[in-house]
Amino acid sequence: MNTDTNVVMDDFLVRAVLAGMGVAAVTGPLGSFVVWRRMSFFGDTLAHSALLGVALGLLLGIDLTVGVLAVAVVAAILLLGIERRTGLAMDTVLGILSHGTLALGLVAVAFMERVRFDLMGFLFGDIFAVTTADIAWIYGGGALVLALIAYLWRLLLSATVHADLARAEGVPVDRVNLVFLLCLALVVATAMKVVGILLVAAMLIIPAATARPYSRTPERMAVFAVIIGWLSVAGGLGLSFAADTPGGPSIISFGLLLFALTTGLMTLRQRRSGG
Amino acid sequence: MDQFTRAGEPIVELSGVEVRAGNRVLVTGIDLSVSDGEIVTLIGPNGAGKTTLIRAALGLVRPSAGTSRRRTGARIGYMPQRLTIDRNMPLTVRRFLGLAGTFEPGKRKQVLEETGIAGIIDNPVHDISGGEWQRTLLARALLSEPDLLVLDEPAQAVDLTGQAELYRLIGEIRDRRRCGVLMVSHDLHLVMSSTDQVVCINTHLCCAGTPDTVSRDPSYVALFGESVAETMALYHHNHGHTHGVDGSIVHEHGHERRHG
Repeated sequence: MNTDTNVVMDDFLVRAVLAGMGVAAVTGPLGSFVVWRRMSFFGDTLAHSALLGVALGLLLGIDLTVGVLAVAVVAAILLLGIERRTGLAMDTVLGILSHGTLALGLVAVAFMERVRFDLMGFLFGDIFAVTTADIAWIYGGGALVLALIAYLWRLLLSATVHADLARAEGVPVDRVNLVFLLCLALVVATAMKVVGILLVAAMLIIPAATARPYSRTPERMAVFAVIIGWLSVAGGLGLSFAADTPGGPSIISFGLLLFALTTGLMTLRQRRSGG
Repeated sequence: MDQFTRAGEPIVELSGVEVRAGNRVLVTGIDLSVSDGEIVTLIGPNGAGKTTLIRAALGLVRPSAGTSRRRTGARIGYMPQRLTIDRNMPLTVRRFLGLAGTFEPGKRKQVLEETGIAGIIDNPVHDISGGEWQRTLLARALLSEPDLLVLDEPAQAVDLTGQAELYRLIGEIRDRRRCGVLMVSHDLHLVMSSTDQVVCINTHLCCAGTPDTVSRDPSYVALFGESVAETMALYHHNHGHTHGVDGSIVHEHGHERRHG
């Protein structure tokens, strides 16, 4: 056993790096759209509903990622319907559902006392415990999402800028938006393992927001967001490995650090140039 | 369909259109049509349903009563109201135009030249003036070589001289392309010289006709108030008499008390 320690260590570290990089590659472009569409609270709500999916998965004895994905898809479609049908402001609806679903999820998993279950792992992610199956989900789902986003790129941008103008120009806006929401649900379900339910939205928003001042085109912002996401994963995992801090929160903290540094630098430069 | 019947057919025709949102009636009983080379201006107070009617004309909303028909194969260029781009989305004018679809090379430059702003093609959309932005939107509407331009308050956020220039440009585009134009405007006095038909609505159809008849129509005067109607009269027509600032009648040959 002792002679294997190094191999095992390398193995879980490699898996952690692979998982983190895979997630960041998808959250970059998708997160850019979340920022452009002002949907950060929406992403948060989807992520929080994931705990209900975990409970569903445990209850039915199916793959947890499938359970989470199913609940996230239902939540996304419900949210779309609620926005259209109730007179409530969207941020109120999301404020109710974001915390409501999280509370429901916490109650639901409490009923699963027979199952050995790492709640903290779901809430904050457990990147060092990702399995080969998780990585397959991250890369399979990620490839699908990236392919869809690339294929629909112009239509998605057009629908983001102005729905009616896009419709008048022949873009099937409702279908495009639905595909986007399904992609978001898939990313939430796969990213959960890495950064956890509570921090998925941060993984979407922080790299994209950091990339914004350095981008002149939407494409560049999406690519920069991926690179910044990768840097966050590398830095966060390094910190986590060296100081034994939790993986997901370390990645997000490192991302926050990058955001603060680059934004501070930008503000300083603007002030100096008299802007 | 032979050429002749096609040419006579309006590009867009609304008859007896009613649009509801739930139980609320947004517009009702509206007739309106735009033919080739014709400029039709839609006016009315805030909340009168102008944008709703525009959306019905574009086929973006289904009327709860009446019909909205567009000529088969008609291409429509649309310029929406109050389009602002989130500052978080980096976009140049060139890329913004590109969102409308794929066009042959040089097309984007060409429509920007037509609206007089070819020089800003590589500027970020957030760094151009209100007037340049409205001209960018107009250029995007021209990309598809439209038979009909639908312009929802094209001159918003443009200063007064800029507004007059913009309406002149729209008139020139109509003359050059012989396309129909359906536009929404608040200020009839600015569009008067370049519009053929005015349709004044306030949920229902108030009055319609040439700018001249509409500005003297009692329902128009009631809607916009004496003062607006008078400004318009002063501005545009000199038929026999006009009204002084105090409301008194000033005769053409009489002495110009209103300037005193």
